[in-house]
Amino acid sequence: MLDAAKDPSSGHGYLDGLGAEPTTGRRGDAPKPLIVRNPSILVFLTALALFTLTVTVLSEAVGPGLISTSFVKTLGKTLCLCLVAIAMDLVWGYCGILSLGHFAFFGLGGYMIGMWLMYERTRDIVATAMAEAPIPPTDAEIVDAIGTQIFGVVGSSEFPLVWAFADSLAIQLALVVLVPGVLALVFGWLAFRSRVTGVYLSILTQAMTLALALYLFQNDSGLRGNNGLSGLQNLPGVAAPQSVVSLWFFWASAAALGLGYLLAAWLVSGKFGSVIRGIRDNEARVRFLGYSVEGYKLFIFAVTAMIAGIAGALYYPQAGIINPAEIAPIASIYLAVWVAIGGRGRLYGAVIGAAFVSLVSSWFTGGQAPDLPLGFYTVKWVDWWLIVLGLSFVLVTLFAPRGIGGLVDLWTERRAPDRHGADLGPDPGALREQEATE
Amino acid sequence: MTRIFLAVLMLLAAMRVAVAQETPLQAILQEHAAIITKSSRTTIKPAIAAVAGSGLDRAPEVLQAWQSKDMWQRESDGLFFRAEKLDGQTYRLIDFDTGEPAGEVSKKELSQIKPNSGIRALIAVALVQFQLSDPDPARRLDALVSLDRDPNPEALAPLRASIDGEPDPALLAKKHRLERLLTIAYDSDEAARVAAIDEMSTDLGVDVRATLNPLVATRIEIFEGEIPGTANVARRLTPGKDGFDRTAAYTMLVDKGFAAPRLDPDKVREVLTAHIDGGRVGDVPVSRLDTMPARAEAYATLVAAGLAEPRATEEEIDIRLASYQFAEIYAETSAAVTTAANAALGRIATRVGVYQAADLTLDALSLASIYFLAAIGLAITFGVMGVINMAHGEFIMMGAYTGFVVQQVIPNHTASILVAIPLAFAVTFAAGVAMERLVIRWLYSRPLETLLATFGISIALQQLAKNIFGTQARPLTAPGWLDGALALNDVVSISYIRIAIFVLALIFLGVFLFIMKRTRLGLETRAVTQNRRMAASMGINPDRVNMLTFGLGSGIAGIAGVAIGLFAKVTSELGSDYIVQSFMTVVVGGVGNIWGTLAGAAMIGFFQKGVEWLNPSNTLAAQTYMIVFIILFIQFRPRGIVALKGRAAEA
Repeated sequence: MLDAAKDPSSGHGYLDGLGAEPTTGRRGDAPKPLIVRNPSILVFLTALALFTLTVTVLSEAVGPGLISTSFVKTLGKTLCLCLVAIAMDLVWGYCGILSLGHFAFFGLGGYMIGMWLMYERTRDIVATAMAEAPIPPTDAEIVDAIGTQIFGVVGSSEFPLVWAFADSLAIQLALVVLVPGVLALVFGWLAFRSRVTGVYLSILTQAMTLALALYLFQNDSGLRGNNGLSGLQNLPGVAAPQSVVSLWFFWASAAALGLGYLLAAWLVSGKFGSVIRGIRDNEARVRFLGYSVEGYKLFIFAVTAMIAGIAGALYYPQAGIINPAEIAPIASIYLAVWVAIGGRGRLYGAVIGAAFVSLVSSWFTGGQAPDLPLGFYTVKWVDWWLIVLGLSFVLVTLFAPRGIGGLVDLWTERRAPDRHGADLGPDPGALREQEATE
Repeated sequence: MTRIFLAVLMLLAAMRVAVAQETPLQAILQEHAAIITKSSRTTIKPAIAAVAGSGLDRAPEVLQAWQSKDMWQRESDGLFFRAEKLDGQTYRLIDFDTGEPAGEVSKKELSQIKPNSGIRALIAVALVQFQLSDPDPARRLDALVSLDRDPNPEALAPLRASIDGEPDPALLAKKHRLERLLTIAYDSDEAARVAAIDEMSTDLGVDVRATLNPLVATRIEIFEGEIPGTANVARRLTPGKDGFDRTAAYTMLVDKGFAAPRLDPDKVREVLTAHIDGGRVGDVPVSRLDTMPARAEAYATLVAAGLAEPRATEEEIDIRLASYQFAEIYAETSAAVTTAANAALGRIATRVGVYQAADLTLDALSLASIYFLAAIGLAITFGVMGVINMAHGEFIMMGAYTGFVVQQVIPNHTASILVAIPLAFAVTFAAGVAMERLVIRWLYSRPLETLLATFGISIALQQLAKNIFGTQARPLTAPGWLDGALALNDVVSISYIRIAIFVLALIFLGVFLFIMKRTRLGLETRAVTQNRRMAASMGINPDRVNMLTFGLGSGIAGIAGVAIGLFAKVTSELGSDYIVQSFMTVVVGGVGNIWGTLAGAAMIGFFQKGVEWLNPSNTLAAQTYMIVFIILFIQFRPRGIVALKGRAAEA
């Protein structure tokens, strides 16, 4: 009853172009290249390349060391967070599914790569230790010793079933994508086919995240319970120092972010993008136009879950440790917060939001921010930052639904079309580019 | 001269004999004088048994004096007396047999018998049979308690004897029960034991099971050839079947010395390591020893050279295992008793199962009422208004902290709870109204953004609580009359606080129904829920209704916070622990209907307790499975258990 989309006075028009051909490529013109149609891609990729170059040149491994190794890691992790924010923006800002489960996919990706890292590293350690024994160890003895090393903390020495492929990098890399993807497919299929939408879906995804986190917290989950996986910063069989390894991961994160941005931009630029925006704005109408809404939603949900898995697989080797607390529901809500503050419905908004909020958060909560003396009370940012963040989030939601990205609109003087005072649609926070450029 | 001396000696000896006849207790003590003065726990038993079993009236007094270190030995003739201290150095001796004073002597002529704590415990056990008929009821109760804790066969006869003269009905019942238990454990008559077992087979007491379980305890024994008919066989075991591991069976044979040890990989490695000779073991190079066949080969060469013991191969193990019989044998020799005990334990287990189910139902009910309490406010804001309030958990937390603050001001727990409940309502009502006015009303058309904005408020409130109250848990103490538990029997019990919460949940249900069905506000709320515009054109102010409804939902969350704080620790995370479950309750139950919320809470509570029952060590797993179950449940009833129909459903 409160939903403006159901209100006949404001619902006309914003899907008018959907049934027809996409805006570009009309009347048989050769479609212009993606980058020409979306200059923001070029700007973004250039900025990302420059940033990567600068960090590389200033890092300890290559240049004068103005940027410490730990800060290179922080920047690399931030790039991964930007990537998962893009995934979130795709699924929420473009498709209108407020998923509170994408950080769970992120964590699953981390777990998958973490298993291989931990297994191989432990094998190196065990093999070194056993090489000194008078009799060379059998394969079974090595595996037993690895099991004891890894699972000693949870009172076991047997390898659980989920570790069956931990010794194969290729399979674990495939699982980084497959496990989140399949989980998203199954969950999405269950949720979408029963037409769970809106806040219901949000709560359900949150429940899924909580269930996964609680499951991983158990010692018999096979992933070391609340100890999580550790020592992930060491690449097995690589003798290079951390300063170099961190740079490699930084490059990999930058490349993944660039590719992820390109993929996302390509997805949302064509007809597919129009359909998912249509689903966001009025799902029923898109369904009546003959589109398989569930199929589109399922596709975007699973693809973004895979992107999140890749981001997590790059993030946790830089963090060095992963445990179930990382994928608690609150993390996924923060992900939504970043995207909302950055500005959803635009890919660079997600990147800006994730980078800005996560870096500022770590600056404030890391104790580096100077205290603010007010005379009667000294504001310690470690204690007050979350309050500021929470309230600023309320303010952004209320007064600047386009987030930081909205500032770009002021600069490019792109505005939403004049609808003579009528609502833009159910979700004014998301800018409809097709309309805005009309 | 010698003759006279001998005569005197004989006379003295005769006197001693005479003394012994007139003073039997002294005689018993003298008979065991050596071990009494030695005072060692391991050897003292015959002395205590002799005194306790003498059947003499004054025997308990001897034991009591001995136990309380009042027994002294006169050094001149070695006789034992009870001694009372008169002044610093002088003691009055009292004869054990007559109870009469037997002179006053200096401490120097006496030596005290100092039994250690182990001996005193043994004496206490022996004393129990006398105390059972003690005139003092408290003493009799002590004796019963002691006997219950520490049953022994000797007490059976005195216990039976004491039953007839017991005036106190409560003690009589206890004695009857104890007599049955001791009969089961120690009676020499098989029929009496079986009868007692049958009689007690409907009793749920832990002590009955503790008495029966030793009767059916078994151990695995190995027999060469046939099992003798005297053994009370529980069941025969075949290695490799019935959960009886072949490895374990063979290890038993090895332990008994019936077979050679098997080819254990660790042992093999040890032996091989010990015989490395110039980079070779036997004829095998060390570098080749990284597979099991190579190691076996090397070991075989060692055996051939006489450097290692031969080890059993798999075929030999099979042959050895086949030539022995394995069986579980009852420690209790009487087959009739073990059969009866097994049957009784089976009957008891069935009854315990039934009562455990009842107990589980009570647990589930109480969990359901907690979820209901936590979710009812949400059912109003989310269910009725369609507003998702992520800060709902923080309103619960606010209520709990309000209770904590009130308890700091009002020390009386009953009064403080009575003050805290309306105050918590007022505080969270105000907070809810403020939030509705400032934030939520701008977002009615953007439900997803309400979720995010209220989440922002939620993290801000949580951090604020942390800044004010710190991160440590604060106590919210329940009044004394809510302490303890209502125990129906040894299996079923429920704490009063959970009953109180159940009652509170019922009251809330009633209040909610009353407000919704019988008041103006309820009528207007329902009207606005069904059709906001139509309601507005009927003269209802939807803004005001929304504000009050939201305030009401928040206020109820505050009261729920006080209730939850009574049994959970009050921390800033209190609310977030319940928020997901609350949402689940509302979603599963169905939006917009209080009965749905009730059904949702009941279903989640019962399901969670049910899973916990199947896997009691793991509440995390229970929650995981519950959420998976809910996700699946939504498949079949996407709109919850109680779904709205018609136009209201589309709102």
